[in-house]
Amino acid sequence: MSDQSDNPHKQSTGPDIETASRLASDREGPAIVSRRWLLLKAGIALNGLVGLALAVPIVRYLLAPVRKDDSYKSWISLGAADSFPVGETRLVSFKNPWTQPWDGETDNVAAYVRKEGASQFTVFAINCAHLGCPVRWFPQSQLFMCPCHGGVYYADGSRASGPPERGLFTYDYKIAGGQLQIDAGQMPSLSNTAKLVNIPTPGQNGSAKDGDCPCRG
Amino acid sequence: MPGMKQTAKQVYDWFERRLQVEGPIKDAVLHKVPRNTASWWYVFGSAAFTLLMLQIVTGILLALVYVPSAAEAWNSLNVLNHQVPLGWFLRAVHGWGSNFMVAVVFIHMAQVFLFGAYKFPRELTWTVGVFLLLMTLGMAFTGQVLRFDQDAYWGLGIGVFILSRVPWMGGGLVHLLLGGPTIAGATLSRFFALHVFVIPGTLLVLVAMHVWMVLKLGINEWPMPGRLVRKSTYTAEYNKLAHEDGIPFVPGAFWKDLIFSGAVLAAVAVCAAVFGPSGPGGQPDPSITQTVPKPDFPFLWIYAVLSYLPPSMETPFILIAPILMIAGLLAVPFVAGEGEKSWHRRPVAVLALTSVAVAWAVFTHLATYTPWSPHMSAWSGDPLPVQYLRDATPLVRQGAVIFQAKQCRNCHSIGGLGGERGPALDAVATRMTLDQIRYKVVTGGGNMPAYGKNLSPPEIEALVSFLETLHPANEQPAIDAAQQATQSNAAPAPASGAGGP
Ligand code: FES
Repeated sequence: MSDQSDNPHKQSTGPDIETASRLASDREGPAIVSRRWLLLKAGIALNGLVGLALAVPIVRYLLAPVRKDDSYKSWISLGAADSFPVGETRLVSFKNPWTQPWDGETDNVAAYVRKEGASQFTVFAINCAHLGCPVRWFPQSQLFMCPCHGGVYYADGSRASGPPERGLFTYDYKIAGGQLQIDAGQMPSLSNTAKLVNIPTPGQNGSAKDGDCPCRG
Repeated sequence: MPGMKQTAKQVYDWFERRLQVEGPIKDAVLHKVPRNTASWWYVFGSAAFTLLMLQIVTGILLALVYVPSAAEAWNSLNVLNHQVPLGWFLRAVHGWGSNFMVAVVFIHMAQVFLFGAYKFPRELTWTVGVFLLLMTLGMAFTGQVLRFDQDAYWGLGIGVFILSRVPWMGGGLVHLLLGGPTIAGATLSRFFALHVFVIPGTLLVLVAMHVWMVLKLGINEWPMPGRLVRKSTYTAEYNKLAHEDGIPFVPGAFWKDLIFSGAVLAAVAVCAAVFGPSGPGGQPDPSITQTVPKPDFPFLWIYAVLSYLPPSMETPFILIAPILMIAGLLAVPFVAGEGEKSWHRRPVAVLALTSVAVAWAVFTHLATYTPWSPHMSAWSGDPLPVQYLRDATPLVRQGAVIFQAKQCRNCHSIGGLGGERGPALDAVATRMTLDQIRYKVVTGGGNMPAYGKNLSPPEIEALVSFLETLHPANEQPAIDAAQQATQSNAAPAPASGAGGP
């Protein structure tokens, strides 16, 4: 490109302009022309450098939502532990702890609370472990059914049938001051919950025990 | 009015002196194209372009009212539907325009593939086209999210679950997609940015490249069996064809483009007026579990595929199949960049296209009635046909109540009503013996939960005796060999042809 006869504007300029510029570069000599090319390269380098400097804050800004799961979580109260009847599964909803005023209704989150004993709970995420659709609890048959692709879970959250690879996600819980609290704040999904995938054979009680797959939500 | 004509000419010259576009435009408009490319088969690309323009115009008009905020989007769509005069119509035109655009882009691609138009020297035109297809689908998906209702919410949820399966960085990708830990305000804002700035901007640049190459390389000549594409000779052959048997692009070929585009626009308008806008459905409140989410038309086939995949294959499939599909499309012109263009001599190509089209149609059709989804209210909403319970014993009636109350009906239809996840049970007794039915109810298997732990033994007995009555009047319930032996010992066999006891 530094060859003076290789005029980059050749196509767009008329023949007389071209001749004129050739004359001009003849007059100016190769030293001046190569200095222009050098300056051009300096210009490119400067822009590249500034671009790089700007890219750092831009990338940091873009990646702002990518954080450790724990930094999104906090303990949320679902109500008095006594208010849940033993042996039943109840749908509860709570406000997402990580929220903005313009979230609207999306900051309502639902969960299923199953009380097994005086202070023994399992709190299930409503999101199907297959692709996250909201499962529905049927107390009559003691099953959770998913409306999307027909996943079914038993009352203890273990997989009964359909496409899910595992049982329902569960939240970590504790009882503080008589209140049932769960560690929530993140949409449960396969990347932030149990990594273990264990497909129980039909009829066998599933592998999803409370401790196995804490919903690090 | 010679004076006015002269003024007009002067104004024109004033602009032309400065803009200097007359030459290039004339070149583009009058360049010769092979005569037989002026065909009704060659109108889909320009129709896709027309639809893109329609989407841009209607999109801007909708943006005058739409509020891209998670708290307000749903309300503003309802205002558009019900309060702004003809707001519903603009929403409908934009929505139907999107359906038509996806369809026309796919048809265009199929036509280009069938006519071998991706071969030398048009490989890059095809490559850019593949990205145009991806951008079009991206617009359809982000657009579905902007219609911020329950379907949008749970559709995004499915996106989250798919991304979360990416090994190692799934969690980060989910946060990036959502703009936070959950689907919320930040999510809608970034999908708005994608739908309105990022993807359309990219789309326009790619369209410019695509059209530029069509102008520079010429319209693909009509494929003739035996006329082979060779890199060494193609350009000369094409130029000869275009000059010896060519016609100017305008009006020779262009009038068909115009008429087809007009017809497509009219079809969009008619669909919009007749069928109206889609949604918004229920408000995007994730604590409402009474919902049956469903994706928009272009993604129905994915919905179907995800229901049929065996669980163990799912993650590899979800993560690898899209990459393979896109890589396959991109590879087409580089694998088969020369040779025959005619479909008469390309059986593999024709077969591949047909299989893809049939598979797509089957999956899309299945997804329109989702046989794999339980009918969530069948158990309480669909009554049992009366004739099934006439003359029934108390035990059988008890079983019928259990059948309804335990949600069996959500997956099994009787009398044509109920879910289709499991087999219809109208004649189950002719297929399975009493013991087999009992075993299946207790242990489940396949796509059936094991009811053994959810039903008491008396309940199971009642349920099974009800199921045992489900057979046509002229067909007896199935029995096993032992029962058959006992029965034929007890009573002399009836006359032959009775088909068993
Ligand atoms: S999302 Fe529940 S089965 Fe697919």
